[in-house]
Amino acid sequence: MARLAEYDIEDGDGGAVLTLSGPYLVSTIGALDGELRKIDGPIARVDLSDVTEIDTVGAWIACNIASEHEAEITGASERAQRLLGALEGTGSEQDMRPERLPVWTRVPDAMGEKVYNARSGIVGVVSFLGALLISAGNLIRHPRRFRTVALVKQLELVGVAALPIIGLMSFLIGVVIAQQGAVQLAAFGAETLTVNLVGRITLRELGVLMTAIMVAGRSGSAFAAEIGTMKLTEEIDAMRTIGIAPMEALVIPRIMAAVLMMPLLGFYASCMAIIGGAVVGELMLGIPFWTFLSRIQDVVPTYDVWVGLLKAPVFGLIVALAGCYNGMQVKGNSEEVGRRTTLSVVAAIFAVIVLDAFFAVFFTKVGWA
Amino acid sequence: MADEQDKGDNAKGPARRHERFRGEYPIVVEGLVNRFGEQVIHDDLDLKVKRGEILGVVGGSGTGKSVLMRSIIGLQPPAEGDIRVFDKSIVDAEPDAEIGVRDRWGVLFQGGALFSTLTVGENVEVPLKQFYPEISDTLRHEIARYKIMLSGLPEEAVNKYPSELSGGMKKRAGLARALALDPELLFLDEPTAGLDPIGAAAFDNLTRELKETLGLTVFLITHDLDTLHEICDRVAVLADKQVIAVDTVPKLMELDHPWIQEYFNGPRGRAALTAQALDELRRHMDMPVAAHAVKALDNAPEKKA
Repeated sequence: MARLAEYDIEDGDGGAVLTLSGPYLVSTIGALDGELRKIDGPIARVDLSDVTEIDTVGAWIACNIASEHEAEITGASERAQRLLGALEGTGSEQDMRPERLPVWTRVPDAMGEKVYNARSGIVGVVSFLGALLISAGNLIRHPRRFRTVALVKQLELVGVAALPIIGLMSFLIGVVIAQQGAVQLAAFGAETLTVNLVGRITLRELGVLMTAIMVAGRSGSAFAAEIGTMKLTEEIDAMRTIGIAPMEALVIPRIMAAVLMMPLLGFYASCMAIIGGAVVGELMLGIPFWTFLSRIQDVVPTYDVWVGLLKAPVFGLIVALAGCYNGMQVKGNSEEVGRRTTLSVVAAIFAVIVLDAFFAVFFTKVGWA
Repeated sequence: MADEQDKGDNAKGPARRHERFRGEYPIVVEGLVNRFGEQVIHDDLDLKVKRGEILGVVGGSGTGKSVLMRSIIGLQPPAEGDIRVFDKSIVDAEPDAEIGVRDRWGVLFQGGALFSTLTVGENVEVPLKQFYPEISDTLRHEIARYKIMLSGLPEEAVNKYPSELSGGMKKRAGLARALALDPELLFLDEPTAGLDPIGAAAFDNLTRELKETLGLTVFLITHDLDTLHEICDRVAVLADKQVIAVDTVPKLMELDHPWIQEYFNGPRGRAALTAQALDELRRHMDMPVAAHAVKALDNAPEKKA
């Protein structure tokens, strides 16, 4: 690449003269900078009279050379002089990034912080639950403060709007269970037990569990993001100053909506899964569709339905609680909203699965095996 | 312009600039029409920005000041009309296409728009890395450091993250990034909004100083009457979907347009004007007339109270 900026060293009276020529701009300096730095002196004078164009970068280079070799700058145009003047006293040695601690302090640091935060997280959730119960109590004493419209809207968002996606998902799960189950059961010549498999597993476990995961992703995250954004835009503070308790206006309708809708959605999901299984039965196993459905009645004990329906509101509570709690914890900037939303979904799904394990053991022990 | 491009190494990529713009008008907007759906923001708008001036752009909320700026910097493709920056039309270019002017302007967005995962120093380095990858790390760090100090930030700000800075410091950091490539053209979107009066005055001074030392042309959107009076060479007034006037503040005040009259001669407009007159008088305190006038003006409000 032809260079536009050039330099030349000549011996003049009183020492070597470094003559810079051509445009000394940010766009031309890249190729030259290294060489200019390597010049070993002594240089008495830096001559800028042949420089055609100069910007702060050019001036900075000239300034640097001059101060390194204790040379004087001559022939600077008016503009160059102005730039040189502006750059005076702007030298600095600061690193671009803040200092990083060594690994053996950083890792334990991060670890300790995690543990400490986990502790305050647990305290936070428990006190949030407490505050929730108190405001629920207040609402029972003053039923007129209850926000029916907000509840209905949340019921729609959490429940009705979720029907298509939960229906489709459950249907496909039913298809997969029936198809995969049939393949395995065929090894024992027991394809007909596919009905038992699909009926019991969906009503007891998967229907409610998958719905809870779906609701956590759809509604729990929405709760966290909505409330978090309201927190950022100071809407929540505005509510408090007007005398509206955010717990009553925002949190209780959402939690109630999730608690009320989860059993319905869970049961609906189980039904869709059974229909999915029945479709596979019709197409692949030779079990007629209606026979499949009526067999379900015979092979699935009623308490399986109760197991699912009892778990559902608890899962709903957990999902909504995680969403609302994390939303209320948002502070500072929009990044925090994203972080808290993710956290709410992860925490909700994790808690739901852990609790599901407890429920499984519990219901077996009480005889609903 | 053509032979300027030939001088650069065309085979290696986009033409580089080696000469400053010598024409009279770095920004020329002709017959600009912007509309969002049915709503017409600009209708046949014309504007020319002179080289080396600070042009203030004022207008009521919703008159499309920011849209005008976004059109000029190519973020908002206009419905009709032509926009030329440094004699290059930017209307036909795609928003992300290389048109050889992006390294010649710097933009300070309203909130600073700093990249939040990078430190201030790294923010300033981003445009340098993008346009001039051949610059060595040492020099790039040096450039970033002195640009940050030129913008009036303390040395320690270099390795801070944007979230650790105050609003005023964020704007200065944004300015440092806008100045990273030694642009000839600087766009400022409400630089003093949200700053306290002291910070705002300091920022105004900084803008003027930088314009003078670096020879910048500044396109400045503002609501701040003090800024208009203090540092703007000319002011463009946006109203009725057009630029209805471009002139110095005193000449604008003589115009008989209801919005202009209300804007400059309203209570805030007059206060800004008085403040500026007072400053002017204080500079000539050695003259008895001025001293008297200042005393009279300083005392007047106290008597009322």
